[in-house]
This record gives sequence, C-alpha cells and structure tokens, in this order.
Amino acid sequence: MTQLVETAKRDLWEAGEIGEQDVSRLIGRLMHRQVDAGELFFQQRRLESWTLEDGIVKDGAFSVDRGVGVRAVSGEKTGFAYADDIVLPALGKAADAARTIARTGGDGSIQAYRRRDVTPRYSDIDPLASFSDRDKVALLGRTDAFARGLDPCVKQVTARLAASFETNLVVGSDGTFAGDVRPLVRFDVSVIVERDGRRERGFAGGGGRHDFSWILSDDADEETRKYAREAVRQALVNLDAVDAPAGSMPVVLAPGWAGVLLHEAVGHGLEGDFNRKGTSAYAGRMGEKVASDLCTVVDDATMEARRGSLNLDDEGTPGQRTVLIENGVLKGYMQDKLNARLMQMAPTGNGRRESYACLPMPRMTNTLLLSGGSDPEEIIASVGDGVYAVSFGGGQVDITSGRFVFSATEAYRIENGRIASPIRGMSLVGSGPEVMTRVSMVGNDLALDQGIGTCGKEGQTVPVGVGQPTVKIDEITVGGTA
Amino acid sequence: MDSVDIGDLESDLKGLVGDILDEAKRQGATAAEVSVGDDEGLTVLVRQRDIETIEFSQDRGFGITVYVGARKGTATTSDSRPDAVRATVRAALGIARHTEEDDCNGLADPERMARHLPDLDLHHPWSADADALRDLALETEAAALDYDDRIVNSEGAEVSTQRSCRVYGNTHGFVGAVTGTRHGVHCAVLASEDSGMERDHWYSVTRDPADLEDNVGVGREAAKRALARLGTRPIKTGKWPVLFSPRMAAGLIGHLMGAISGAALYRRASYLTDSLGKQVAANAVTLSEHPHLPKALGSAGFDGDGVATGSKAFVQNGCLERYVLGSYSARRLGLETTGNAGGVFNLRLETDTVCPAALMREMGTGLVVTELMGQGVDIVSGHYSRAAAGIWIEDGEPAYPVEKVTIASTLDDMFHGIVAAGDDVDRRGNIHTGSILVQSMTVAS
Repeated sequence: MTQLVETAKRDLWEAGEIGEQDVSRLIGRLMHRQVDAGELFFQQRRLESWTLEDGIVKDGAFSVDRGVGVRAVSGEKTGFAYADDIVLPALGKAADAARTIARTGGDGSIQAYRRRDVTPRYSDIDPLASFSDRDKVALLGRTDAFARGLDPCVKQVTARLAASFETNLVVGSDGTFAGDVRPLVRFDVSVIVERDGRRERGFAGGGGRHDFSWILSDDADEETRKYAREAVRQALVNLDAVDAPAGSMPVVLAPGWAGVLLHEAVGHGLEGDFNRKGTSAYAGRMGEKVASDLCTVVDDATMEARRGSLNLDDEGTPGQRTVLIENGVLKGYMQDKLNARLMQMAPTGNGRRESYACLPMPRMTNTLLLSGGSDPEEIIASVGDGVYAVSFGGGQVDITSGRFVFSATEAYRIENGRIASPIRGMSLVGSGPEVMTRVSMVGNDLALDQGIGTCGKEGQTVPVGVGQPTVKIDEITVGGTA
Repeated sequence: MDSVDIGDLESDLKGLVGDILDEAKRQGATAAEVSVGDDEGLTVLVRQRDIETIEFSQDRGFGITVYVGARKGTATTSDSRPDAVRATVRAALGIARHTEEDDCNGLADPERMARHLPDLDLHHPWSADADALRDLALETEAAALDYDDRIVNSEGAEVSTQRSCRVYGNTHGFVGAVTGTRHGVHCAVLASEDSGMERDHWYSVTRDPADLEDNVGVGREAAKRALARLGTRPIKTGKWPVLFSPRMAAGLIGHLMGAISGAALYRRASYLTDSLGKQVAANAVTLSEHPHLPKALGSAGFDGDGVATGSKAFVQNGCLERYVLGSYSARRLGLETTGNAGGVFNLRLETDTVCPAALMREMGTGLVVTELMGQGVDIVSGHYSRAAAGIWIEDGEPAYPVEKVTIASTLDDMFHGIVAAGDDVDRRGNIHTGSILVQSMTVAS
C-alpha cells in the first residue's frame, strides 16, 4: 500500500510540481481558523468506452478528469470547495473557501501523518492500456454476430465495453495519508427482439475491479457469449410474457442480482447519515429485532476484485466487512468519518464520493444477504400462488418510511409450487422493515451479481455489488394489471 | 461567488472553442464540434436551525467530437491547458481511427445552423453572499419546523445560486453561447404521529432570484405536504381513475417524449415506432415546445448540433405530428432534424384546463398521485407499473392519504385515456403542465 501512495503522489502531484510540504502547508492554512478537521482529496480518473450498434462500432469516448476536493469540518458543519486544476494557487483558493465554514470552536490540531498497510483487494493494473483498441473493437463485432445468430427475432444488438482507472490520494489533519489505485471494467449486451408486432428487450453484462483479460484473453469468447445468450434468452422469455397480477402475494427472489431489493429495502436505511439525523426508519433501533431470524446482512468491501470492493474508502479508511444485521438483529450502521464521530462510533470504510467535486457520505460497497438452510426447489414448491422474480431493472427507496419499489425485467408466476408462465410489467412495492420480517425461507445458494450495479444517492453515483441466495417473502404488493 | 463579466467569459470560451477546433483540423479531423462549459455555484444547507454545509463549485471542461470522413471519436476533459487540449484532441482522433464508418455521422447541415440568437433573458446573478443565503435557508427551515408540532425532524433547507456558461462551436463556423443563472430554495421535513413518520419537500427554482417563491412559503408548503401524508389507509385493489399532480404529469409527458425521440425510434426501441401521423393520445392532447420563452429554465436559441430552435407541435389533437430529432437520428430515419439534439425546450401541454377541484369532482372516486417511485416504465413495450403515494378521493373530495400502492397500465392506454387537465401549471422544469386526469388504471395495494 505504501507503494500505492507513491504511485498516487506521482500521478497527482508531479504535473503541478506539488510536494508533501506544500500539502502540509495547505492543511495548516485550512486549519487556521480553528477547524476540527481538514482534508484534501486528490483524484485523477481516465475513462474509456466503446459502443457497437447496428453491427458497427460507431461510438468511442475517452475522458480524463483531475482535481482536488477540499473539506473543512467544524462540529456538524462542513465547508467544501474544489478545483479542477491540481496546482497550488487553485488549491489555496479552494482551501480559503472551504474554511469559511468555521467561525468558532475546534482546536485546529494537526496529527502527524500515519501510513498504514492494507491488503490490496485488486491489482493496480490500468485496464485502458491492457489490450489494444483493435482487440476491443473486434470483440464487440464478434458479440454482435453471435447474438444475431442466436435467434431470427433479434432485431437490434447494442454491445458496450467500458473501463476506468482511478488514482486518488487523501491527506487529512487527522493524520490520514493514503492512496488507492482502482481499475474498473464492464461489458454489457442489450438486445431488442420482435415477433408478430411485439417488441421486448433483454439485457446482461458483467465486470469488476480488474482488466480486460477477463474477456479478451479467451479465444473462445466464452464470457462474452454467456452475456449475449443471457440477453437474448431474457428478451425471448418476455415475448411470451403475460400481464402481471395485481395484489398482495408471496414472492420468491432468485439468487444473485435480485439482492438489489435488499440494497434498497434495508441497505440505504442503515447508512450512518440517515440514522444520525434520525430520518431513517431504522434510526435508534440498534440491537433490536428488525428482520426475521433467517436474515444476516453484511456489507463487504474486502471481496476480491468485486465492483463494490475498496482497498480504502474515499476518506482513506480501510475497506472492511461490516455485519449490519445478524440473525435478524440490527448490529451495525455503515459510516463515514463525519457521521461516525457525531454518533460516537467507528468509521467502517464506507465514506465514498462520486468524484473530487462531491462531498463523501456513507455508501454501500458489496452488500449481501448470507445463505440459509433451504433447498431452492423446496422454496418454490412451498408457494401455492405467487411470483418468482429473477431480475430487476432498478429500484428506489424512501428512507423515512422505508417504502421501496422494484421493476422486474424477468419474472414468472408460481402456480401450485411450480414455475409457470413469464409475466411482464411487474413492480414490487413494500416497506423495508416490514418485508424483512416476512422473510420465511432463505436458500443455501448465495450468488453474487455479475458486477454492473450502480447506486445513486443525492445525485452521486458509485459502483456497488449485491448478492443473495433464493429468498421467500410471505407477502408483498405486486403491481401488475391482470 | 466571484463576479465575472459575462461578456468577457463568453468571448474567452469562444476563443477556446476556436483554438480546439483549429487543433482538431491541424491533427487531421475533417470536421469537429466542441462544447465548453464554465459553471460556478454556491449552495448552503441548514439543518435543525444551524448551518450544515457550504459548498462552492467551480467547473470548467470541454468535450470534442471529431469526424474523419464518416468515422467519429469523442473525448472530454476538465483540463483546458494547451497541452491537455492537444492530448484530448489526439485521444478523440485515436478513437475515430478504430470506430467504423457510419454515413449518418457528421455535423448538421450548414444551412440549418442558427443565424440569429435571440436574447432569452436567462442571466440574472444573485448578489447574495454565503451569509445571506444561510439566513434565507434558516428562515425557510424555521417556517417549516414551526408550522406544526408534528413536524419533528428535518432534512434541511437549502438555498443555492448557480451560473452556467456553455459555448458550442463547429467547423461550419458556427459558434454560440448559452449563459444563464439558476437559483433555488428547497426544504424537506419529516412529520410524525402514531401511525409513523413521513417525509415531503417543496422547492422553487428560477432564472431570476426576484422570481423565487417566498422562502417562508416554501418552508410551510413542505410542512403541509409532509403532514398531509400522515394517517395513511389501505385501499382495495381495482381499476380506478388516476389524477397525476403537475410534477407527476410532467414525468408522464416525459415518457411520451422519450418514446418519440429519434434515439429510441431508430433503434426500434419504442412502442411508438412507425407512428408518425397516427393517433397517439386523446384528442384533447396537444404538446408543443417554445424554446425562446424569456427567463424559462428550458430556453435555448440553438440545439446540441447548433441548429436553430423554434416553436412547434409534436402532438396535435392527439396526432403525432413529428418526432424529436437531432441531425444524427434524423438521418438514420431518413427525415430532417427538428432542432432537438439534446431534447425538447419548454414543452407545454396545450389544452382546455379546469381547476384541480373540478378534476377531482370529475374523477369521483380514485387516486391523486403526488409521488411516483421506481423505474417501471418500459418505453419499448409501453408497459407502465410504478409505486405511488397520494390522496384517495371519494365522491370528488379528498378522503385520506395512501402509500405503497402501485399504478399500472400501458402508456398507450394512459395517453388515449387522458380526459382532462388542470390549470395548476408547474413551470419549474422543462415540461410545463397542470394536473392530468387518466380515465382508468389498475391500482394495487
């Protein structure tokens, strides 16, 4: 990790001829008006994407973004400014703006820098440089041909490949001096199928914190073909789908990506900021029973090379595995430094920010519901009349009431313990706290998502992971038309 | 905020656009277009009667699209120093070497470039400093917290001011600037009683600070809305009329605009594929855009391709008159651009309107939707199923609040089922509409 700090210093400071002494002086300037804590977050991110549509790679984009976010904290108050140029005059100006927050209080103390060792959860390889543009473009072309060959109903194929490479460095008055280097790649396929005037879409993709050897070091294209097959399969299933039912009924969630429901239903409500402010349905309930005995939920930034994994969060706190709910009992919140301090808890490595131009806040990393003891077949067989939800397009939650909603992109009726016809146009609506108490069976088949999840909060998006086994919820509102 | 001379800033950015275009040509681009943005802003958030954050923002960045014949490459950066400009142009050209030829690529036709850029009166700086914004925010939140004992908590009140300047230019020789300000007051509070805790919010956003809604009124409205959500009751699943409140109605119209946008149509990813000239909504529905409205949030003299904007109808008496097209999607469909690269500008529902109370009477028994959640709108198949909260209406009168219900139908049935619209027009976004009454949807609980 100390090597990561050196890499970060070189990438972020050299061009502007900035040295460690300059940064120490800036922290001093930030602390001058008796601020409790001051922090500089340096970041550079390069992004690259390629898009195939209509059988040709017609779009490619590249971007590079560099800057520094400067934060001064005084009690519950935060002053923030940023500069998109990492040079001293811009840094000084941002520090002066940020410290206007502090009028009184604070001891202005600055801790000596501590550099700590953290076990890396991903390599520091630059995925943009890992293969030639020619290879990337050729792969998209092969994916298109393969997807179209799968079924004559396939009318449109869009395939995308994207990579980002981020270097950041956090220096704080609390002694933080930490750097991280983060690769992130994704590949996805979206298809449109048409039959008898009916049109449906299918989508699949994957990715993680690694380079493109995952899909490009494979002569048989097995990984990318898997996504193309999955997208076409899902679209064809939906061509046969009937209208979804309406009303309350049992719902079985498939393993893997359906864990996004958990992300919305409980995950957000366990973020420290909402609980510190008392605006979460879970505020003040630590140690209480908030879910059925079968539920154990963790947030785990330490998983190897997953999309939501972090060596260090965006405040320099090491990523960790935090138990949120254990056998139904609320055990922990996800915290950044500010909310942890105000709640007199320890930071949990969940302080994340979309970029240097945003303030960090508590965010999820990889959030999982752990396996239980039931056989997935038994779970489905236990439902007389209900629905089986395989994949969701997206969801949303109201933190205060705990209310959430999900739209299924692949779902089926369950009739007499058997999976029956596919259904379309289905939303699931419920309240997180209620639904978690209605979890009556948990499968032994924990699966993680494929690595393309993105979470939005207060306008900031960050990459996340989800996972769960097959789960039965006894009753939930299904919003269809039939 | 620093006060900058807008004339100087615009001419600086125009100079930068010219330099980047020259660099692109020098490096071998046959055509290019560049967009440069320079924004600054100040946002103050107070919570529980004390300041919580002050955020200063200042951004400058540019994006370039280069064409080499029929090939295209795009690059963006936040760095506008000369060596970064050269590197970014090089990156865009590097991409254009690997993309494939697409005959529809290229700049919009030169004769369509905007020639006269109207003065849209969009720039109204707010001289207030951070202390003044804080005081306004404190007063706003206090108005909400003091409104009723059941207002027990707050997510805070936020007052913000922003200035944005965007210059677009291309190798046809077109260059234009859109400069404008945007100021806002927002407040969100929590109401609580035995039945539980509910949150709601209210806001005002305008180009001119003098036009902002009274901040005390914003605070009180947030409180009233949170209180109105308390005491929810379950309802019976069934088919009922649904009245979309103005913000929700604007979202609904947005879905129709998405379905007639060129990008969805040329991909055949819309339930309105091949619908030009067909009836897509009830006779009462006319939707037209007015890009040159003074002070409006969605006004612009040219679109994302530099093409002149102008007033026009997309839907006339329920009939689809034209798609929403930029030059690329227009070429893909064998049509002419409608000057809508980047979307519509100040879209209005033009129809006979009545007051919201009359709409409720007309509805009889049904649901007024004040909040929608989730992404259950599929433009491809037209299926619509979203979570809703709102007020249950019985015999034309508000009865009690409801939450955790879903409303479902298809966009086609919903638009053909529009029976009336309200005069309670909301102009805080790019789509201006009052409430919309839809005859029947499945409401599930």
